[in-house]
Amino acid sequence: MPAHPTTIDEVSQCVLDHPHVLPRGANTKPALSRTNADVTPLDLTAVRGVSAYDPGEFTITALAGTTLQEIAQTLNEHGQWLPFDPPLADAGATIGGTVAAGLSGPGRLRFGGVRDFLVGVRFIDGQGKLVRGGGTVVKNAAGFDLPKLMIGSLGRLGILVELSFKVFPKPESFTTLRVDAPDLDAAIDLICRLTSEPWDLHALDLEPPATLYLRLAGEPASLPQRIARLSDTIDHPAAALTDVDGPTWWDDANAFTWAPADTALVKVPLTPKRIAALDAHLESAGATRRYAAAGNVAWIAWPSAAPLDGLDQHLSADQLSGLVIRGDAQRIRLGVDPARPFMQRVKTALDPTHRFPDFS
Amino acid sequence: MDAARLMPWLAERFGPDRLLTEPGQLAPYESDALTAFAVTPRAVVLVQSADEVIDTVRICRDTAVPFVARGSGTSLSGGSVPVEGGIVIALNRLNRVLKLDPDQRIAVVEPGVTNNAVTDAAQPFGLFYAPDPSSQQICTIGGNVAFNSGGAHCLKYGMTSNHVLAIKAVLADGDIVEMGSDSLESVGPDAVGLFVGHEGLFGIALEITLRLVPRPEAYHTVLIGYRSTAEAGDAVAKIIATGLLPGALEIMDRLALDAAEASVNADFPPGAQAVLIVELEGAHEQVAVERQQLTQIIDQTNPTQVNVAADAAQRLAIWKGRKCAFSAVGQLSPDYIVQDGVVPRSRLGEALQRIEELADAHQLRCANVFHAGDGNLHPLILYDGRQSGAMHRAEQLAAEILTMCIEMNGSVTGEHGIGVEKREFLPRMFSEHDMTVMRRLHHAMDPAGVANTGKMLLPEPAEQSAAAMQSA
Ligand SMILES: Cc1cc2nc3c(=O)[nH]c(=O)nc-3n(C[C@H](O)[C@H](O)[C@H](O)COP(=O)(O)OP(=O)(O)OC[C@H]3O[C@@H](n4cnc5c(N)ncnc54)[C@H](O)[C@@H]3O)c2cc1C
Repeated sequence: MPAHPTTIDEVSQCVLDHPHVLPRGANTKPALSRTNADVTPLDLTAVRGVSAYDPGEFTITALAGTTLQEIAQTLNEHGQWLPFDPPLADAGATIGGTVAAGLSGPGRLRFGGVRDFLVGVRFIDGQGKLVRGGGTVVKNAAGFDLPKLMIGSLGRLGILVELSFKVFPKPESFTTLRVDAPDLDAAIDLICRLTSEPWDLHALDLEPPATLYLRLAGEPASLPQRIARLSDTIDHPAAALTDVDGPTWWDDANAFTWAPADTALVKVPLTPKRIAALDAHLESAGATRRYAAAGNVAWIAWPSAAPLDGLDQHLSADQLSGLVIRGDAQRIRLGVDPARPFMQRVKTALDPTHRFPDFS
Repeated sequence: MDAARLMPWLAERFGPDRLLTEPGQLAPYESDALTAFAVTPRAVVLVQSADEVIDTVRICRDTAVPFVARGSGTSLSGGSVPVEGGIVIALNRLNRVLKLDPDQRIAVVEPGVTNNAVTDAAQPFGLFYAPDPSSQQICTIGGNVAFNSGGAHCLKYGMTSNHVLAIKAVLADGDIVEMGSDSLESVGPDAVGLFVGHEGLFGIALEITLRLVPRPEAYHTVLIGYRSTAEAGDAVAKIIATGLLPGALEIMDRLALDAAEASVNADFPPGAQAVLIVELEGAHEQVAVERQQLTQIIDQTNPTQVNVAADAAQRLAIWKGRKCAFSAVGQLSPDYIVQDGVVPRSRLGEALQRIEELADAHQLRCANVFHAGDGNLHPLILYDGRQSGAMHRAEQLAAEILTMCIEMNGSVTGEHGIGVEKREFLPRMFSEHDMTVMRRLHHAMDPAGVANTGKMLLPEPAEQSAAAMQSA
């Protein structure tokens, strides 16, 4: 039976009351919150609400169960936003789950991912005690950087209860350009070239085999000319999407609506030049996939019919790591994990009694 | 400590040329840029390979002799001051850029590479390394990683941590660990994020993968004179409130301007009591529009003068005037303390006012030069160490300023780190249990307590007070 704490103190009490616990938010990333019989799920959705928001300061603090939608609405009233473009907002994802899963959306290309905007955390450790790291100011070098450590901690190092972010002004307008490269290699070459040049691309996603979606953001008067100048440097067919189609394409990308229902969704960090080798594997396995953030992350919809072991082997052979977000997998980590020995030390320090599950 | 075993081992491994033990040889390593703290190390080794670093760390572990990694020794918080009875592992010779991939915008470097050398290597490809501490000509990437160093351009692009993708390190107990990858994205807990800012307490970074960024197409750099620091501070709040996102927003007050003028012949508006430097950067068209918005805002802030950099040379001159400020203050005063604290940026005016009152109360002069956009203050407290009690008063003032930062819910350091200097202040920002967690993390990486021990975290039973380290 899941426990339903409503306050930070209750979260702490739940940790003390159960031998093994795992927090969950809105369950939009079910693979990450799946529990064995001996582990009590802690539903954090009632520990919610914006605790502090100072528009003039460009910082916001919210309890972990607050939905991304609520935060976006609050910020939007003042023309602000979380620039890392957190995914699965429409599905109801919470801010705590987003940080714990370490997920950022396509717009992370421009100013950075969730790790670049989280400035403070409060979490409950394996002893049920509240720990604070960082603070609420935008710059802070006091003590070890616990906020960064909790990015991607998957509820296995502690239960995030409150998070503080720096936020940015939201760009006034966006334009999307669709480019049809002749083949995957040409698309990858174009990714490398464009990101080495000062185009200030807001987002750049690749839909195999060879379609690129480029997004520019900024001041409305300057956008048409920026797009025109950018298109001039591209030899392949290119066309701007309409003001309806453009935003819809990115919303769909960030909601993973392109991933077929009967698949496991896997995140794989990589670099543009490693796409070709991986893509060949994925094509032959019949996996739908996209490469986001200028070829820095593959999102793979792996067919449920095929065991994830197959993907795991490919990733290991390519020295890549993967995280299963959705799907039936009994495991969440795939491929290699070079940081494991370092992280094992951290885990032992923060959760000596194994109150939270392991990372595997 | 079993130094009797250590010294012969070092002598054999490094030979007389690379093992320094004579007082004259050790003197340059006694302190860092915070000269109030000095400790003579037992020895200094000049390492030339990662293997030498690893073996030295392991022998220190086995003999329980503390070590301090040292880049260029420009730490302003006592971070690279030797530990009593310990050795210094000097990393400057590990200064190779191992790999530069312009297509994927990645550089892999050894820890002794200077910050500027990375940008120099990236320059031919139209790329640069974004974090730009004022000490960038000499400070090393290893030091930057240990302190999560910042700079004038961190407002938009973040600190060192936001630009480090992967690290290979030897932990204090001799294990080699790897974390991160070439990718901007990652899965699992952010190990790199935890390692950056460890202040040398976890071990020694051997190889660091950095992210490079394309040089912006256009800059618009303006230097604006004001009648008071408060007016400059208000202008910052106005600029931020309009939704502009400048690359840099820096303030210098009159005293800092005097120092810079005396030092580099900079051309500041005559009579201004403070200047604000604003830099917009990005695509031509975007900067052109933002430039108009900025001009309109500045017009409403009652400036005494507005200097727009007309070309790259003028832009560089503005930045030279800004970046020389710390060292230039030496022209005004025989001694000074560089402080580093953070307040909410919307309360800058209030904080500056308070600093002025506190300085007056101590009859000390205090120059201010700071990263206004981030609320990161750098009060420079001037004093004459030859006057009895002057240093004590300066330290007292520094402590009161830090207390103010804590009271305003800010931080006692934005980028210079805790080091030796601020160890007493950390427990005032964090709870007892927060401190326990930090200690546990430290212990997990350094069970024997040999890596830069005593920095950041006060020794547990107060064996070693700050006063005892203060032999200078
Ligand atoms: C004039 C001046 C201006 C400055 N301006 C700025 C500024 O604008 N912004 C800013 O943030 N700082 C600034 N600083 C502070 C300083 O330059 C930075 O802290 C810098 O990162 C230190 O680099 P370093 O190579 O000198 O390191 P050192 O002082 O040699 O060492 C600093 C710390 O890093 C550790 N360390 C060094 N190398 C390694 C390694 N490979 N692995 C693990 N630990 C290591 C050391 O043990 C020590 O604790 C300034 C300093 C001066 C003197």
